[in-house]
Amino acid sequence: MKQHQTTKPMSLITKLRTATPSWSILAIAFLALSGVLELLGDMDYLNQYYLHILIIVGMNIILVASLNLVNGYLGEFALGHAGFMAVGAYTAAVIATKIGPPGLPTLIIALIGSTLAAALIGYLVGLITFKTVGDYLAIITLGFNMIIVNAIQNIDYLGGPRGFIGIPKATNLFIVAICVVLTYTVLRNLVYSDHGRRWISIRENAIAAELMGIDINRAKNMAFTIAAAFAGLAGGLWAQYQQFITPKSFDYIKTTDLLVMLYLGGTGSLSGSILGVVFYTVLMEVLRNVLSMIDPRLAELRMLISPLILVVVMLTKQSGLMGNREWRWFSPRKEENTDESCS
Amino acid sequence: MNPVLKIEKLTKSFGGLTAVNGFALELAEHEIHGIIGPNGAGKTTVFNLITGVYRPDSGHILLEEKEIANLPPDVISRSGIARTFQNIRLFSQMSVLDNIKVALHQRSNYRLWDVILGLKRFRSQEKVIAKESLEYLEYFGLTNRHNEVAGSLSYGEQRRLEIARALATHPKVLLLDEPAAGMNPREVEDLISFIRKIHHDFGLAILIIEHQMPVIMDLCTHVQVVDFGQTIAAGDPETVTNDPLVIRAYLGEEEVEEHEASGN
Repeated sequence: MKQHQTTKPMSLITKLRTATPSWSILAIAFLALSGVLELLGDMDYLNQYYLHILIIVGMNIILVASLNLVNGYLGEFALGHAGFMAVGAYTAAVIATKIGPPGLPTLIIALIGSTLAAALIGYLVGLITFKTVGDYLAIITLGFNMIIVNAIQNIDYLGGPRGFIGIPKATNLFIVAICVVLTYTVLRNLVYSDHGRRWISIRENAIAAELMGIDINRAKNMAFTIAAAFAGLAGGLWAQYQQFITPKSFDYIKTTDLLVMLYLGGTGSLSGSILGVVFYTVLMEVLRNVLSMIDPRLAELRMLISPLILVVVMLTKQSGLMGNREWRWFSPRKEENTDESCS
Repeated sequence: MNPVLKIEKLTKSFGGLTAVNGFALELAEHEIHGIIGPNGAGKTTVFNLITGVYRPDSGHILLEEKEIANLPPDVISRSGIARTFQNIRLFSQMSVLDNIKVALHQRSNYRLWDVILGLKRFRSQEKVIAKESLEYLEYFGLTNRHNEVAGSLSYGEQRRLEIARALATHPKVLLLDEPAAGMNPREVEDLISFIRKIHHDFGLAILIIEHQMPVIMDLCTHVQVVDFGQTIAAGDPETVTNDPLVIRAYLGEEEVEEHEASGN
């Protein structure tokens, strides 16, 4: 009897539940969906407001997932992510307005430029920062964020405190979606490679990691540089979407927002970052609408309710919604491969 | 024969306390060497000096005749010294398999670009690493646990995984810091035959710190007794454990007198 049961083919439901579509199919489906939404938006079938929320969600996914590299996988508490975003945004603004004619090639060059510029700054900050750990690192990165914002405020070429105006609009939902897929694929590859394992091992036990022959400073700086690069990419997208950027929008309050989404979704989980961003952003918008429907004066109450939800999540589930776990669809299939090889 | 590991006049002080004072040691290839001594005698400090966790004040540490004193820990590890810890230091949130993969990180020769773009070199190397890691787990009897997080393993399994992880770095010298701590006599028996097995199969030189005398007596060809940072006796296990100085260091003055009195 028992033998008969084990040889029985899997039921359809189990098959569906354990089936994992390949990553490229998921990515293409996601891109197609966002392309369709973008077209619907262009043809005025879809409210621009929804398109706007989706674009914000996409940019925040890039920011939070890359922040996760440092604060989640590496286990440090960095507080300067918005600073790197600022570097990217201003680089893109300069490239898009002063150098090329509006259009796709300029957009691509601007995005590459903002990514590289932020990576360079990230590398330099990392060199200084990783002589310290813990609280000191948090303070240094926070200080760096302030330095960037203050520096931009004092550069007239970049518009100073008034902001940088007249950036051509080039970012749309489809472009953001491409960047999200790109970011997510790269981060996922990294996290499941030697690099990712080095970062996690440093988080778990730095001394043991070092005694495994891992060059801790080099590994940390790599995580920091890559995280900064993607923050720069998001900044580049942001600048060419908003068309107008001010230094203020990249101060520590922006960093705090990102941290809230990261810890809500759960550190050490890339699908957690997606969940955190979607949950938080959608929640804020729903609260805004529902509250102002009741009474317009209540709209600002969401600023009270959403932190409260974060407090509740942290008290009841400290690791966040997804801490250190992944949705099966979003993690590589190598675990299944190893299962086969040992059975 | 030239020793694999040779230590000369190693000294380390913390403030006014000299934790290790003029320590010397010669570990021949394929030899098992024991270090014993009362708590706080400076045994673990010696390990921390060898592995670069601490920097020595003076003295030499030569691995195959190359000076490794004052090198950073990761460089020392890559040149062929691995260790386990008195209080187990696993990567407890990582899976058992990933713990081994971390140790195998020097094996991969893919570049950052291969990873970022998900190229074939990266994917095929990952398969090789996974296969090799599973081989280690099989050797150490942990195959059926490979997907669990390391922190969920039993104490004995965690000890074994820690040794497996150390061996996966392909060391020439393995340092075991109290591998039998907290084990009952039967588990100690198992551990002894296990260490003998890896010693034979991997062809290593091993240095053991241990309080459980059976481990030292059964495995070591040479024992060194440390007290207050100084070597007070050295030789084969039989001689050393009967040395009056050693008995005094372990039992204290008065009890030695009683011991002698009852002996007479």
